[in-house]
Amino acid sequence: MADYKFHLLVCGGTGCHASNSDVLAENLKAELAEHKLSEEVQVVSTGCFGFCEKGPIVKVVPDNTFYTQVAPDDARDIVEEHVIKGRKVERLLYVDPNKKEQIGDSKHMDFYKKQLRIALRNCGFINPENIDEAIARDSYAAMAKVLSEMTPKDVIQVIKESGLRGRGGGGFPTGLKWEIAANNEADQKYVVCNADEGDPGAFMDRSILEGDPHTVLEAMAICGYSMGADKGVIYIRAEYPLAIHRLKVALKQAREYGLLGTNIMDTGFNHDIELRYGAGAFVCGEETALIRSMEGKRGEPTSKPPFPAQEGFNKKPTNVNNVETFANIPPIILKGSDWFSSIGSEKSKGTKVFALAGKINNVGLIEVPMGTTLREVIYEIGGGIKDGKKFKAVQTGGPSGGCLTEKHLDTPIDFDNLLAVGSMMGSGGMIVMDEDDCMVSVAKFFLEFTVEESCGKCAPCRIGNKRLHELLVKITEGKATKKDIRNMRNLCHVIKDTSLCGLGQTSPNPVLSTLENFYDEYMEHVENHNCPAGQCKALMRYYVLPDKCIGCGACARACPVGAISGERKKEHVIDQHLCIKCGACLEKCKFDSIIVK
Amino acid sequence: MVKLTIDGKAVEVEAGSTILDAAKKVGINIPTLCHMEMKDMCIENKPAGCRICVVEVEGRRNLAPSCATAVSEGMVVKTNTIRVLNARRVVMELILSDHPADCLVCAKNGNCDLQSMAQRLDVTEIRYAGVQSTYREDFSPSIIRDMDKCIMCRRCETMCNEVQTVGALSGVNRGFEAVVAPAFEQDLEKSVCTYCGQCVAVCPTGALTEVNNTNRVIAALANPKKKVVVQVAPAVRAALGEEFGLEPGTLVTGKMVAALRNLGFDSVFDTDFAADLTIMEEGTELLDRLTKHLNGEKTHLPILTSCCPAWVNFFEKQFPEFKDIPSTARSPQQMFGSIAKTYYADKIGVDRSDLIVVSIMPCLAKKYECQRDEFKVEGNPDVDFALTTRELGGLIKRANIDFNSLADEDFDKPLGESTGAGVIFGVTGGVIEAAVRTAYEVYTKKTLKSVDFTELRGMEGIRHATVDFDGLELNIGIAHGLGNARELLESIRRGENKFHAIEIMSCPGGCIGGGGQPWHHGKQDVLKARAKAIYAEDVGKTIRKSHENPYIIKLYEEFLGQPMSDKAHHLLHTNYFDREVKFEVKK
Repeated sequence: MADYKFHLLVCGGTGCHASNSDVLAENLKAELAEHKLSEEVQVVSTGCFGFCEKGPIVKVVPDNTFYTQVAPDDARDIVEEHVIKGRKVERLLYVDPNKKEQIGDSKHMDFYKKQLRIALRNCGFINPENIDEAIARDSYAAMAKVLSEMTPKDVIQVIKESGLRGRGGGGFPTGLKWEIAANNEADQKYVVCNADEGDPGAFMDRSILEGDPHTVLEAMAICGYSMGADKGVIYIRAEYPLAIHRLKVALKQAREYGLLGTNIMDTGFNHDIELRYGAGAFVCGEETALIRSMEGKRGEPTSKPPFPAQEGFNKKPTNVNNVETFANIPPIILKGSDWFSSIGSEKSKGTKVFALAGKINNVGLIEVPMGTTLREVIYEIGGGIKDGKKFKAVQTGGPSGGCLTEKHLDTPIDFDNLLAVGSMMGSGGMIVMDEDDCMVSVAKFFLEFTVEESCGKCAPCRIGNKRLHELLVKITEGKATKKDIRNMRNLCHVIKDTSLCGLGQTSPNPVLSTLENFYDEYMEHVENHNCPAGQCKALMRYYVLPDKCIGCGACARACPVGAISGERKKEHVIDQHLCIKCGACLEKCKFDSIIVK
Repeated sequence: MVKLTIDGKAVEVEAGSTILDAAKKVGINIPTLCHMEMKDMCIENKPAGCRICVVEVEGRRNLAPSCATAVSEGMVVKTNTIRVLNARRVVMELILSDHPADCLVCAKNGNCDLQSMAQRLDVTEIRYAGVQSTYREDFSPSIIRDMDKCIMCRRCETMCNEVQTVGALSGVNRGFEAVVAPAFEQDLEKSVCTYCGQCVAVCPTGALTEVNNTNRVIAALANPKKKVVVQVAPAVRAALGEEFGLEPGTLVTGKMVAALRNLGFDSVFDTDFAADLTIMEEGTELLDRLTKHLNGEKTHLPILTSCCPAWVNFFEKQFPEFKDIPSTARSPQQMFGSIAKTYYADKIGVDRSDLIVVSIMPCLAKKYECQRDEFKVEGNPDVDFALTTRELGGLIKRANIDFNSLADEDFDKPLGESTGAGVIFGVTGGVIEAAVRTAYEVYTKKTLKSVDFTELRGMEGIRHATVDFDGLELNIGIAHGLGNARELLESIRRGENKFHAIEIMSCPGGCIGGGGQPWHHGKQDVLKARAKAIYAEDVGKTIRKSHENPYIIKLYEEFLGQPMSDKAHHLLHTNYFDREVKFEVKK
């Protein structure tokens, strides 16, 4: 990369790609060619920068200028102003929403200041479709070290000592998992990469695969070496076409370079990897369901034991890790377990990638050391709540996580702390809610997802979640009783206690945590048939303010169900039994005389 | 051995045992619903899906399904804490909340595992009521699927896919909409289903039931213009008593005949007679093929039995390339119908259209078989209605007959006389044993010292034996359960065949374990007791070889001529079709 004067790094992740970043990159190349600068300035389509809120992103190296929301037409300005004249294109610079000032380069952005990127280290730096760039950033160096200097036992020991725990949600110690798989003798073993990222809003695995596919391939080979598996399978959801494409390119290049296949680096070690596509069932992220799906069976979990390490894919010992876990492996091998275990909290080492979403200024993908507090993530990295609203809750861990409140903001985030306060790490989804969000509706929303995604195998998950959802609907319609709340709480505990797999064992979390932290809001729905956040449509009431109404009749004409009556130039009244809460009257009234309560 | 404590009781069990097994050993009966295990037959269904059998295991965060959790040293298990009782009750309420409450008019009323579990768990209200999942009903000639009643225990899937390897049923859709259905949610009739009925035999609820023909039989019996005769399959007499509270394995042949006569059948005949006839035809065919084979002529060996209609469906749909190997002999049910509507109808001077032939069968596939076009003459079927053993039980109860106090009666002549060879058709190994008894004597022209070929008996899924035909070693294979049949067929496909003759019965244990028999509720001892009863009936018979049945001899003399004569061919043999199920994927 050193030969060029400038590198224009254009984000080629799915988000920016969808906003025409590929056209932008082509335009930049064309502009450079026009100015005969192609030899001096390189345009690189990279993986995700994480700052998806303001994409498409263009970063200029070496000065780290960070352009946001760049349109294809902005290519001319970037080349003519920045590259040629050395003047930053100010209108494209990032503006800090709180300080209201322009930030010239990424190093000074709050979004990046507190981040520590291990799993995402290459995302946004390299062209993921060019293995040379990956190698230049140390890809396959860990594999070389493992194959030339370490025994399989050494590798497992390093991973165990690093304290790395599975990033897919369970937090099981990775080294131990490898060791169990290594100790099970068999004629064939498998390494499986779980790339069936299913949490709505979470996209860290996709970003890693799109931005740095070689790290996953390398880590899988290292895992294969440690446990004695010469076959690897990446189970990836078919809805990730860009990630699939980049994996295919990476696999081809790695094979061409002799970094996958037979007799890798002349060490006699064989390892090759194939892709299997998932059809997008959330439950197939559960490892036993994933394995069944890979075998062509219905994707549904089975009882453990037997664990996949004993009897997995094709009934052979199988080690399943998720993408982010694998992405941590090469740095651990290269930098050592002490380095890794020095980062993070006591029982959760290293970093974790979170997908920030919801009512937060900086929506995107971030990676922070374990032990960072929720407050730091939400207010410093995330830039606080949108539109200056009040923070209400943050839901961590995907659809089965819990909703945490103000009082949890200083909790250091790690596997155990989140569990202790009734939520979980999950795959790293983080959804922020503000004062306008109704917590009953939030719980209902997540339950809708789990009801849809339950495989239907075990009764408590199949029927229990459905009933739970029905109870929540009842509450949001103001039809529930206190007894319903008691029954609902009991149902939550039984579903957790009796469900077969992690899906059902965690699906009631949004309900339990909101019941715990927002009990009054539930009771307001139940006892007073009122939704304090004004979100529950069935509980809304439209009223005409008598002193403001001039009797123009516009509202009555707009009402599709004839619920509004009143004489001309006299006060109008809304019949609450007829009103369907469509809001048409509110829109039509020019005198602010209609209110919603 | 592993030591553990369950509800404070110390217990020692073999490593690998489940908590459920261990608990049984110390008199603790943990309730189960989806779980089913018939060890000797290698039938096991434990998806751990219903979660009724959950227990508390010390040190474990969640409750554990006792059916699928292996014991470990020092484990402390509690099966009746308030946590467990509450969980079990809530789960049961949930299952019931998604189940129609029409128990009083359900075909399984009184025989439903869900119903008895609700009773056992003392469920008197459903706190978690809500919408119920619905699915269209699916009618086939043999089986009705009413999936609204499915509780996703997956027993039918285990039977269909793992035991029978038919592959007609599997779980489809997700979550609350999850249901067991044929591929692409087609009707069962369009699927690879063989109608073996093993799914019905193990269904704990009324989701899978048989097509009930009893009302049509009652109507026929009430019609003064019709002569109605009945034939009863061998396995029925060894199981019918269970419908009336008798111990499994109680032989009720005489009472059964009396009951049928009480019901108003004009003649009560025995399918065993037709079984003897089958042996005459099939045995002759075996010897014919064998002779050709020994003479170096081209012929098909091994010969496969063809009595079992589900087996016929199986090879027509899944091994159509083998359709020339099975014997062309019709099944006893159909031979009976054919003879009844020709020879017997002539004898009593009744037109075939005025003669109604009812069969009582342990089988659901028989309902389909009697509707096949090959077994109709100008649209009139040789057998009009096939009832199951269960349906007969219901019919007797509805007719106010006190079954257990009936005095024994004998079958009518001429189609009611049978030998011990005909009786053992009802159990795995029986058809081939019956065939050997006759074929041996016909081939060697010597009399057997003993007719008991115990080497052909047993419950092992695949068995083989060599029978010495006076110097000619006859290799015989036996399979019961279609999964075992598949294994044998595949070995033939691979060219590894070493058999001259193979007997195949679709149901585990043979017809005694048929899909139309009284519910065995997953207890294999029931099947064993029925098998024992069948062999007892055989021993009790004066004549135990088909070719010695005087009425069979007379039938050939008066009507058929020789076995495999033209007339016999026309009336007693059939041919098979390629009915491979193909799906077109529309693009």
